[in-house]
Amino acid sequence: MYKSFLIKYAEIGVKGKNRYIFEDRLCDQIRYALERCEGEFEVTKTQGRIYVNALSEFDFDEVVENLKTVFGIWGICPVVKLEDEGFETLAREVVSYMDKVYPDKNFSFKVETRRARKNYPKESMEVNADIGAALLQAFPELSVDVHKPDVMLHIEIREKIFVYSTVIPGPGGLPIGTNGKGTLLLSGGIDSPVAGYMISKRGVKIDAVYFHAPPYTSERAKQKVVDLAKIVSKYSGPINLHIINFTDIQLYIYEKCPHDELTIIMRRYMMRIAQHIAQQTGSLGLITGESIGQVASQTMQSLMATNDVCTIPVYRPLIGFDKEDIVDVSKKIDTYETSILPYEDCCTIFVAKHPVTKPNLNVIRIHEKNLEEKIDELVQAALDTDEIIEVKWND
Amino acid sequence: MEVYLDNSATTRCLPDVAKLMTQIMCEDYGNPSSMHNKGVEAEKYLRKAKETIAKLLKVQEKEILFTSGGTESDNIALIGVAMAHCREGRHIITTQIEHPAILQTCAFLEEQGFQITYLPVDKDGVVSLAALEKAMTRQTILVSIMHTNNEIGALQPIAQAGELIKRMNPNTLFHVDAVQGFGKSKIYPKKMNIDLLSVSAHKIHGPKGVGFLYINEKVKIKPIIFGGGQQKGMRSGTENVPGIAGMALAAEEAYCNFDAKMDYLYSIKQRFIDGVCKIEGIKINGKTGRDSAPHVVSVSVQGVRSEVMLHALEDKGIYVSAGSACASNKPSISATLKAIGVEKQFLDSTLRFSFSAYTTEEEIDYTLQQLQTIIPMLRRYVRK
Repeated sequence: MYKSFLIKYAEIGVKGKNRYIFEDRLCDQIRYALERCEGEFEVTKTQGRIYVNALSEFDFDEVVENLKTVFGIWGICPVVKLEDEGFETLAREVVSYMDKVYPDKNFSFKVETRRARKNYPKESMEVNADIGAALLQAFPELSVDVHKPDVMLHIEIREKIFVYSTVIPGPGGLPIGTNGKGTLLLSGGIDSPVAGYMISKRGVKIDAVYFHAPPYTSERAKQKVVDLAKIVSKYSGPINLHIINFTDIQLYIYEKCPHDELTIIMRRYMMRIAQHIAQQTGSLGLITGESIGQVASQTMQSLMATNDVCTIPVYRPLIGFDKEDIVDVSKKIDTYETSILPYEDCCTIFVAKHPVTKPNLNVIRIHEKNLEEKIDELVQAALDTDEIIEVKWND
Repeated sequence: MEVYLDNSATTRCLPDVAKLMTQIMCEDYGNPSSMHNKGVEAEKYLRKAKETIAKLLKVQEKEILFTSGGTESDNIALIGVAMAHCREGRHIITTQIEHPAILQTCAFLEEQGFQITYLPVDKDGVVSLAALEKAMTRQTILVSIMHTNNEIGALQPIAQAGELIKRMNPNTLFHVDAVQGFGKSKIYPKKMNIDLLSVSAHKIHGPKGVGFLYINEKVKIKPIIFGGGQQKGMRSGTENVPGIAGMALAAEEAYCNFDAKMDYLYSIKQRFIDGVCKIEGIKINGKTGRDSAPHVVSVSVQGVRSEVMLHALEDKGIYVSAGSACASNKPSISATLKAIGVEKQFLDSTLRFSFSAYTTEEEIDYTLQQLQTIIPMLRRYVRK
């Protein structure tokens, strides 16, 4: 029945002169999502409306599922397209449409007509009234409510006539690529993929950095992170995943610094390296999955200590989330099952039984001086191990 | 240098086996149940495989049932016997150190109302015959004991157990999981009072996804897979002709120069043990001489986690298994290591090295040399 989808967008509507940029990015992202679907499609932008037209047979549910991953979409309306064969035919077709879509007729409706083709013989108001009358005649249980209808039946008269009445909610947010790029610190845990999802919902393109520590972390742990990045890329678009070998830095810190400060100092070096990569690759900030108080390294004191080494902004979209809320999102976006696979990541291997929860920044800085002899060399060596994988959901 | 010392997990398929299988898949690909010549041709491979395997075990051809591997053989043996004999009794005896294919099947049978006794083992992983004798009752329909333990290579007193079981209750059936033992020990079911014997092809340089179950002709057993009635209705499903032919060839190869191969395996095992014992803070689990399996050595290394050691060895091209898989958030401690009383500190610090007749002395020496440098290095960094 449906051959097209009308794409409704929310916040883009208010973007003034920049609106076309947002719309173009949205079209790009819709095309990226449709690449995964069986069939041929065209995405058109006409008179402030974005349409997805199927050019071949397609799987309705598959298309809707994938359009739901596109940030910037507020609603997806499946549209019936009719040839203009006179008003009588139109009325008959609309009656049959309503019959198919709403088997149970106990509801109120309103007809809303837009006449883009002005030479159509009836005016919008007339169409509203006459179609309404035809529907009431066909289904006497129906009622009209012009203020708060249960169903808003839209009829758009263009070259062809478009009929739609249902809106499937989209994810909201802004289209990817309308807000610069950020670099996500991606571990194998539950939080960081969610942080990536949340920030890209605001139109931010993301790259990711993963620190691996062979032989303490395994090839499977690395594969897990690639898999997580791939799931996030379903929403965020392609991700450049940087894989950095962090073992030597970690062992050096282990040798030179107090054990209970290991995690904090290690994280400071992770931030430094991520920041270096961000600056080299045109990112405007770092993104982490931190949430206040979740673990020792995420108390406000610890966050201050790690933030201290950053000169670019660090975005923490989960900062006020409870763990449960994060888990809920991770289940919704399908990263949860992968996140809980039991592979050791580099944050847990040497973790102290009682790490500091309220590190003193000055003390940390002083202890970091113990590393002066070799650390620059080790950081450079770690940067040299950078392996970049382009992760794309459609691959 | 690549050194594969994980032959208890799986082995490399012999080139001749792969060649034969390719030929069957690409040319003699008929369905053995088909009436035409192409089917007859395929059936010939099955007959020949049966003949080969029956001869090696000194049993009858009709007593060999082809399966998808060790796990399926174990499942058919336990569930099939339990179903067929539940009216005579609902008691089954096994050991604490069996493979999950046995333990999980027993857990399923427990849910179905069977009572299972899990026999303990001594510090070397050997089951006690006295405990077996004590556990036997008139209700015992089946005893299942593995031939060779997969984690520490402990050999079980199968012949003595067989004799004991039949003396106490001639109706009690005796199943042996010989997935690790077949091809490393000469097993003759008729002489050892074994009624059912599970074997897998990929542990003896054959293909994965194929195995067999020896079932003594007198054993009453029910099928657990139903369908087109192949293999006399005992295991429906089109036979895996290439796999079965490949398995028979691999088995034949394993028995060729058998004694020389065993002597060689024991010699490299000893060479490895001698070398590894020179490293400080090392412990070998289980027996090490001719009274243990020729191809498995379980080594506990004080103060180093097995997963880390495994990846460090991997980095040098050496592939081994962790004694028990363990990660920070999901410990899965090995039942065997626990059963033999390995101390807590070693449970997560154990590696399994398993050899094949194709392992070279040079590979052993290279591995020893790497262990001597890796272990002290890793000991410098431990979780405090």
